[in-house]
Amino acid sequence: MQFLDQPIDFEPLADHAALTFVARVNAQQLMAFCGAAHTAERRLVALWGSDERDRDSQNGYALHIAFDMAEGLACLTLPLATENPQFPDLALPFPAANRMQRAVHDLIGAAPENGDRRPWLRHANWPAEFYPLRRDTPDARFAAVNEEYAFVRVEGDGVHEVPVGPIHAGIIEPGHFRFSVMGENVLRLEQRLGWKHKGIERRFVNMGLGEGAKLAGRVSGDSTVAYAWAYSQAAEAISGAMPPPRALWLRALLLERERVANHLGDLGYLGNDVALSFGLMQFMRLKEDWIRLNARLFGHRLLMDCIIPGGVAVDLDAVGAQAIVDQCQALGDEVTDLKQIYDEHAGLQDRFLTTGRILPSLAKLLGVIGLAGRASAQRWDLRCNHPHEPYDRLEPKMAIERNGDVAARALVRFAEIRESLHLIRKIVSEMPPGSIGNLARSTADKRGFGWIEGWRGDVLVALETGADGKIRRCHCHDPSWQNWPALEHAVIDNIVPDFPLINKSFNLSYAGPDL
Amino acid sequence: MIPILRQILRTGIVSEPAPAIDEALRTTTQRLSAAVLAQLGRALVIRHIDAGSCNGCELEIHALNNPYYNLEGIGIKFAASPRHADLLLVTGPVAKNMEVAVRRAYDATPEPKLVVAVGDCGCTGGIFGESYASCGRVANIIPVDVSVPGCPPTPLQLIQGILTAIAPGKAATERRDSSGGS
Repeated sequence: MQFLDQPIDFEPLADHAALTFVARVNAQQLMAFCGAAHTAERRLVALWGSDERDRDSQNGYALHIAFDMAEGLACLTLPLATENPQFPDLALPFPAANRMQRAVHDLIGAAPENGDRRPWLRHANWPAEFYPLRRDTPDARFAAVNEEYAFVRVEGDGVHEVPVGPIHAGIIEPGHFRFSVMGENVLRLEQRLGWKHKGIERRFVNMGLGEGAKLAGRVSGDSTVAYAWAYSQAAEAISGAMPPPRALWLRALLLERERVANHLGDLGYLGNDVALSFGLMQFMRLKEDWIRLNARLFGHRLLMDCIIPGGVAVDLDAVGAQAIVDQCQALGDEVTDLKQIYDEHAGLQDRFLTTGRILPSLAKLLGVIGLAGRASAQRWDLRCNHPHEPYDRLEPKMAIERNGDVAARALVRFAEIRESLHLIRKIVSEMPPGSIGNLARSTADKRGFGWIEGWRGDVLVALETGADGKIRRCHCHDPSWQNWPALEHAVIDNIVPDFPLINKSFNLSYAGPDL
Repeated sequence: MIPILRQILRTGIVSEPAPAIDEALRTTTQRLSAAVLAQLGRALVIRHIDAGSCNGCELEIHALNNPYYNLEGIGIKFAASPRHADLLLVTGPVAKNMEVAVRRAYDATPEPKLVVAVGDCGCTGGIFGESYASCGRVANIIPVDVSVPGCPPTPLQLIQGILTAIAPGKAATERRDSSGGS
C-alpha cells in the first residue's frame, strides 16, 4: 500500500476499527512524505517517541508520526541513532509539531536537528538529562525549582507584559499565559503549559491492558469516554477480540452523551463570560439533568470506566432507553428556546461576533482540528471522514461554520448538540441486541491504534505490548496539542478582557496534552 | 428580555437542600474555636486550586454553582485569589511542576487556611501515585483538614466535605502542628 505517490510500502494492520497502516522510513523518505502530505492538505495527527534500545542497539530510539490520510490512519516510524538521537524538524510543514517535538525531547531525549529546542513538559523540576521514558531511567525524586522560562519578548514604547497563571482566577486548570499588550490590545500571547505533567506515559509501562484502560480514561476527565474508547480500540487490535456490535452502539451512545454534556457546559460559560449569567444557570441546569441520567443508567455522572477493552461495562434496558428518548426530546426543546435567546441578545452577539477570529486560511496553516477547526471551515470529523461502526450506519452530519470567531464556535456547539440528540435517538432505536463484551486477552509484542472523535477533536491512542504482554509504550494524544497554538493567534488584536471568552470558546484541555 | 423572564419563571427554583456533614471526612480534629466558626458562619470563601487533576473533579466543582446545588445560596462562594479565601479546595495529585505554585498559594492564604483535598488523587495520589512528576496526595505538600474521596466525588460529597471543614467537630480545638507544610 502506498500513499501520495511516495515510494513507501505501508503495511495494513488487522483488527483496527479505522483502516490503519504502518511503515518504517528513513529521514529523507519522511521529509518527502511530509512535503507530499502537506501539499495534499492531509494533516498531522500526532508525533511521539519511543526507546527501542533493547531491540536494536544501533538505532535505539524511534520517532512515530501519524497522519490522517483519505484512506485511514498512516503511522510512519523513523529509527533514530542510539548515540545523539536527532530527527528532522517537522514544524515547518506542520506547525503543530513544534510542542510535540519538544515533548519528545523532554521524555526520550531525541531532539529536532534545528528549530525550537526549549523544554516543554519539563519545568526545571528534574534534571535535563533525566529522560523519564528511557527504559533504564530509574525512579527518582527531585526538589522543586521555580523555572525561568525564555518567553519571546515584545519590545517597544508602551509595551508591557501581563503574566497570568499557572493558577488562574476561576475554576480552571493550571497554565501560564504571557500577554504582551499595548494599552488594552494584545500584541502577542505566549503559552507555557505542562504544569499538570504527572508522568502518565511512564505510569502506563508494565500495566496490564485492563488496568491501562482506567488510566487512559483519566488523561482528560472531560473526554473520558473518547479516551477509553480509543484505548479500547487499540487494546482490541492487540488482542484480536473485537467487541460485539451492541457494545459498539452503546459506546457511541456514551460518546454522544459526553459530547452533549460538554457542549451544554461550554454554552453556559460562554454566556457567563459576556455577563449573561442567566445563560450559565440555564445551561448548567440542563447539564445537571443530563449527567444525573448518566449516573442513574450507567452508574457514573461522567461515564468513567463504562468502556473497557472488549466491550462495555454497562447495558441499557427498555426503561432506560425510554428515559433517554424522553430526555432528548425535553432537552432539544429547551436548547432551541435558549438558542433563540442567545441569537437575539444584542449584548451577547456584540461580544461573540468577530471576537477571537481564526480565518479558514490560518486554521488550515496551523492544522486546527476538531470543534474549533470546524468553526473555521476545516472539515475534520472522524465520525464522517472515517466512519467505523456504528457511525457508518448513523451517518452524522458535520457541523461547519466559516467565520472562525467565538460566535462560530458557539454555533458549532449548538449544531452538534442537535445532531447528537438525533444520533442518540437513532442509536437507542436501532441498537442491535446481543452481548456487550468479549474477553480481550493481551498478545505479546504487538501494536494497536485507537482513534476516536471526542467532543473536542480526535483522540489517538498508540499502544504497544512487550514480550510479557504488558504495556511497553502507550501514547495518548489529545486534540488540544493542535489547537492551543491557534489560541495564541486568535487573541492577537483582541482586548485583554476578551481573553477568557476566547479561551472558553476553544475550551482546550490542559491535562490531556500535559500528560 | 421577555423570553428571558419567561424562561426564568418557567424554570422556577430548583435548588435542593444541602447534605448533612460527615465527620468521617475529617483528617485532623477541628482546630477552629466555636467562636471563630460562629463568626465564619456560612460566609465562607473558597479558592480552588487544580494541582494536577485530570479535570474530572473540576467538572463537579463547577456543578456546585449550578441551580440544583446553589452553593452561593448557602453563603459559600469562590474567590479569584487565595488572599481572599478562607478555604483552599485542592484537586489532583500535586504535579511536581505545580508544587511551587501550590505552596505559594497556601502561603498567600490568610488564616485559618482551611484545606479540603478533593478526589481520590487529592486524598491518596490516586491512579497517578508518586513519581518524578507527581508529588502524590495534597497532604504531602500542604496540611489538609478534610479529604473528600471519589473519582470524582459527586457535588453532594463535595458540599459535605466543605461543610464538614467549618462544622464544630467533636474534639479539641488545638492548633495542628505545621509539619508537612512549608
